[in-house]
Amino acid sequence: MLLIFEQFLNGLQIALLLFLLAAGLTLVFGIMDMVNLAHGSLYMMGAYFAAVFTEWTGSFFLGAALALPAGALLGIVTEIIALRTLYTRDHLDQVLATFGLILFFNELARLMFGAGGMTIETPNWLQGQIEILPGLPYPSYRFLIILVGLLCAAFLYVLVQRTRLGMLIRAGASNREMVGALGINIKQLFTLVFGLGSALAALAGLMAGPVTTVQIGMGDNILILALVVIVIGGIGSLPGAFIAALAIGIIDTMGRAFLPNMLGAFLSPSDASTLATALSSMLIYILMAAVLVLRPAGLFPAPGR
Amino acid sequence: MSSASNSSASTATSSRLTFVVGLALLGFLGLIPVLSVVFDDPFLLTLFTRIVIMAIAAVSLNLILGYGGMVSFGHAAYIGVGGYTVGILAFHGVHAAWIQWPLAVIISGVVAALIGLLSLRTKGIFFIMITLAFSQLVYYLGNGAFAYGGDDGLNIMTRSDFGGLLNLDNRPTFYYLCWVILLASIYFVHRTVNSRFGMVLQGARSNDRRMATIGFPVHRYQLTAFVIAGMLCGLAGVLTATFTGFISPAMMHWSRSGDLIVMVVLGGMGSLFGPVFGTVAFLLLEEVLSSWTEYWKIVFGPILILVVLFARGGIDGAMVRGQACTLLAGCAAFFLLYGIHTTYEDQWLIPTLILVAACALAWFAKWEIQRRKNRHD
Repeated sequence: MLLIFEQFLNGLQIALLLFLLAAGLTLVFGIMDMVNLAHGSLYMMGAYFAAVFTEWTGSFFLGAALALPAGALLGIVTEIIALRTLYTRDHLDQVLATFGLILFFNELARLMFGAGGMTIETPNWLQGQIEILPGLPYPSYRFLIILVGLLCAAFLYVLVQRTRLGMLIRAGASNREMVGALGINIKQLFTLVFGLGSALAALAGLMAGPVTTVQIGMGDNILILALVVIVIGGIGSLPGAFIAALAIGIIDTMGRAFLPNMLGAFLSPSDASTLATALSSMLIYILMAAVLVLRPAGLFPAPGR
Repeated sequence: MSSASNSSASTATSSRLTFVVGLALLGFLGLIPVLSVVFDDPFLLTLFTRIVIMAIAAVSLNLILGYGGMVSFGHAAYIGVGGYTVGILAFHGVHAAWIQWPLAVIISGVVAALIGLLSLRTKGIFFIMITLAFSQLVYYLGNGAFAYGGDDGLNIMTRSDFGGLLNLDNRPTFYYLCWVILLASIYFVHRTVNSRFGMVLQGARSNDRRMATIGFPVHRYQLTAFVIAGMLCGLAGVLTATFTGFISPAMMHWSRSGDLIVMVVLGGMGSLFGPVFGTVAFLLLEEVLSSWTEYWKIVFGPILILVVLFARGGIDGAMVRGQACTLLAGCAAFFLLYGIHTTYEDQWLIPTLILVAACALAWFAKWEIQRRKNRHD
């Protein structure tokens, strides 16, 4: 039972990272009808920035504090230079151009930071474990990820549901032209949202950095998962993204954790783990296909789309 | 991306330009084994075998992407399905090409039918994403197939056996087989898109609701095209596996599907020879840039963005619009890149060929423009 709870927390942690990435993606998609494959590159660059700044300042938190604005700035610069001209184009053009951006950023990271990958050192007090329930120790850094993720989700909820900016974002997702016609500078709004999304992606990257290693292409696979999340959740919908991220994070983790044991009854351990990893990944895509077949616009499409 | 702004008259004259250049390119591809022997450069044959095989895959994608307007972001899955069918059969000791190849094509078709049946229920970005999801499904299936090497892949020890008819171990023979299949698939696509079936398909690209209102079962037409494209791409997968003697999930990674879309768009969507132009340009550019610098994608990525932003309609579109200058600048830039590269490598064969090709193209474009001007006067 405790094992299941622990794996549930692991799933929650992955889900929250996915949500941070998907939030920026779904807002950008919702408001400007723009597919941005390069979002995963911002995640990767955020992790690299954090690694470099942590090395430079000697403190993980200072490094993270510097990496966040750096990530947001990189996103805004990318938006102004490359993406702005793409809003009026069709999705195919957007997919292609941002595919080009992925190639560019991956090589840029290799050129700037080397091919070997980097590690981010966390402070000592985060390397131990804490007892979150009696008899259930849990790595404190992972617990911190869950806390920060939940805080961010709450922050986004308040921002989108309770502020003027959030109202504009929701309105933009429903009917972009109308918001523009009512005198809102939709371009400026979009740059702002893009910067916010980039900062969230960088945050997800820098939090994932100490758990995985910081490496080239780390954003590519999680980007595909984040796309799955926003498509399942409904484009432009934050609650949808949250629920879809939870479902995917937990399916993925539970599959990886428990399928090998079940399969182990029939197969050798290494074969079982290979098959289990593949099966749990496949489960995610089966879920997405099922959702799209039954509800072609996702679970919670933004109203009016 | 259709060049609707062009008057039909100028499109007709210029598509003749595309046609002639396309045929010339195919003829040039047919000379590669000879050139490879004459210049004693076996790598030339390897490179162009890869190009011809990828061109077949790009031609198949163009049928649904260019003519059908279905943006499949998972087309590399069929390369994988075709390749794995050959690999798995060879693993179990079935080497007869008469069994391997048709079976691979049929299985690719079945997979395409399943994927298409579900995917075509969605539109727009959701179609892009669901085809991506299904190709990821197939990708992870390959990853989990531990009996066949899992993510390490599987070596194919014995090439497909055509009895005494063809010896695929002979590299020029294999090259010509691929070349003939490329020619056949281009001709097949040409006949398909100009048939009644193709007209319905293109009509659905422009306005599927209107086609449905006229009374065509649009969904069924699109599904048929989707399956045909999948089968043709499966054949390209068979050729890939036979050529490299190796299969792995990497051949159906989602970035491979992205590469295929790039090839089609770079060459010109919905153009008969566009995918061939695009594949040749893409893979030669990759070859040049990657031998020039290890970090070649840092150049290639921005080139891709520039093409999307400024060269709509790709290479074929530039020809149709008579943008000889654009093409020349492209060729010149390419030649410059190669010149820089060869300064280090001391190779002269390919740059010379490219220069000759560029001159011929420039001459032909000039002639064509002159002719059109005369007609207007």
